[in-house]
Amino acid sequence: MLEIKNLHVKLEEEDKQILKGVDLTVEAGKVHAIMGPNGSGKSTLSYVLSGREGYEVTDGSATLLGEDILDLEPEERAAAGMFLAFQYPVEIPGVGNMTFLRSAVNAQRKARGEEEMSSSDFLKEIRAKAKELQIDADMLKRPVNVGFSGGEKKRNEILQMAMLAPKLCILDETDSGLDVDAMKLVSEGVNALRSPDRGFLVITHYQRLLDHIKPDVVHIMSDGKIVKTGGPELALEVENNGYAEFQETA
Amino acid sequence: MAMLKKKAPDQRKLDATATRLDGLQRPTGGWAEPARKDAEARLRAMGLPQGRDEYWKYTRPDTLTSAEVTPAAIFDAGEPQVFHAFDRLKIVFTDGAFDAEASDDLSLENVEIERLRESSADIHWARDVYGVLEARGQSPVERPLAAFNTAFAEDGVLIRVTGKVSKPICLIYNHASETSDAILHHVVKVEEGGELTLLENGPAAARFNKCMEIDVADRATFRHIRTQGRDHERRAATHIFGRLGEESVFKSFTLTANGVMTRNEVVLELTGDDAVAHIAGACMGDGDFHHDDTVFITHDAVNCESRQVFKKVLRNGAVGVFQGKILVEKGAQKTDGYQISQSLLLDDNSTFQAKPELEIYADDVACSHGSTSGAIDEEALFYLRSRGIPEGEATDYLTLAFLAEAVQEIDDEALQDEIVERISAWLFRRRAR
Repeated sequence: MLEIKNLHVKLEEEDKQILKGVDLTVEAGKVHAIMGPNGSGKSTLSYVLSGREGYEVTDGSATLLGEDILDLEPEERAAAGMFLAFQYPVEIPGVGNMTFLRSAVNAQRKARGEEEMSSSDFLKEIRAKAKELQIDADMLKRPVNVGFSGGEKKRNEILQMAMLAPKLCILDETDSGLDVDAMKLVSEGVNALRSPDRGFLVITHYQRLLDHIKPDVVHIMSDGKIVKTGGPELALEVENNGYAEFQETA
Repeated sequence: MAMLKKKAPDQRKLDATATRLDGLQRPTGGWAEPARKDAEARLRAMGLPQGRDEYWKYTRPDTLTSAEVTPAAIFDAGEPQVFHAFDRLKIVFTDGAFDAEASDDLSLENVEIERLRESSADIHWARDVYGVLEARGQSPVERPLAAFNTAFAEDGVLIRVTGKVSKPICLIYNHASETSDAILHHVVKVEEGGELTLLENGPAAARFNKCMEIDVADRATFRHIRTQGRDHERRAATHIFGRLGEESVFKSFTLTANGVMTRNEVVLELTGDDAVAHIAGACMGDGDFHHDDTVFITHDAVNCESRQVFKKVLRNGAVGVFQGKILVEKGAQKTDGYQISQSLLLDDNSTFQAKPELEIYADDVACSHGSTSGAIDEEALFYLRSRGIPEGEATDYLTLAFLAEAVQEIDDEALQDEIVERISAWLFRRRAR
């Protein structure tokens, strides 16, 4: 589904190489986790894949369902099935959460040449999905993320993911700022979206999120590269021993 | 009070003003004549504004004062006018002339409405307001275009509110002639306990000079929402002079989209305790656009609140100006004054000039002011685009978000939605081009 080959990325503004040859394949139906110390390039990878400005790909490739995504605009990648759940979801005052989400759903449908979703269908669907995530009607009406708690923001990210039904979901440090209950709720939301035709890339510093969202494959990233790949047990190893040994091998 | 020192005007300026005025005919007769005569005398003594004047540092007054009007093409938006779906009493002026056919019958419960031109009584209630609030507003800063208006306006409406008015009164200004030069002067008096919503819309003329004096008595409420018309080449100088009594409420919102030159002045005096005044403006300018909001709020009573919220979206070389002052007189304790002026610059060619001022002579007050200029927030833009919303649409969303604080100053939700819809439509048309 997602194929990354020898990806090299530097900052656009300065001469600093962040990713130094990442190779990674995420298959449909699988959950891949990327763990690594701060500054290893995990978040950069998520930004580069979703099309944020400020990075320059100097070598390598990334394809989603066979399509080269690196030359696409962020909105084109979204329409192609890419979704990034932000570590710090952005507050947008003056734009209602529901209005925003409906625009997003219909913009993606339009880009794919599909029919727009009627407002009654949209309402029905968003209400059902919001309920599962314990998002009340007030949160749907309020401006996007404005005045939301850390947990509410992350739940809102998952609600967007559920409504947009992407092919590949990238979760960037989704556990940051969450207490145990909130993490459980968010994880349940994510698990409900697991399906044979959807891939997940879960980026996290800590193992604890992976207790709730069980990965099929775990990668350790260090200094801009994947330095080790293994099963779920690899996450436990990190939990017990830290990242030091992987940094040495890097 | 330590104020802007009034310099003796130079003789050349006064001579130029005299030459300009000598070609004009001041309306005569009726109860307003003494006020008009007085205004002309005051104007001749202060002179019409010039580019060198401190108060006109950021906005060139020449096209607003010249004898010749710069022609302005008529713009057909091809859509119903703003507020068209609202139940309202319409009073229509075309190029500044009253349009009886297009106007509604002027009778409505709890309010007396008359045309300035037809109010022939020798003693009229408006005599205590016409030119009176304007004259009070000439100190400490002179506003010659307002004195000009008081002296030469031939028409306008006189509205006296005696209770709660059931529907808004809407002043509609149509623009039909490319060289029209319109002057209108309105007087509103909201008596104790009265409540009025006044709407205004339309470009009015190639050049429009409008003055509105509003006397809000104790425990009275005045709400005002205006849109200034999208004719690209129109010019306008408008003044609002308000006086607020005890526990009164004054709320005014203005939407300006297009117009090559707009100067909107608001001068308010909070004279009764516990009065509340909110002034807000949202403007969108593209290209050859100059928009100036100049506000002066005087707190002269205890425990009053004033709020100024001005937002400007500028692109392709558009210019925005904000001059806003809060003056807190000695004894105006517990004053709560807030002022924010912000611009969203959509490119490097556009400019925003802001001059926020506080002058405080009381010691127990809370006043704040802030002014910012910024570009679209890249982080927010990426967030929206990452959800599949194309860049243009995402930029529009963020523009709406930027204007929201000003638009939310409109109390009535339906009117707020109407304004948001107008802004969205304006943005959408820019994008579609």
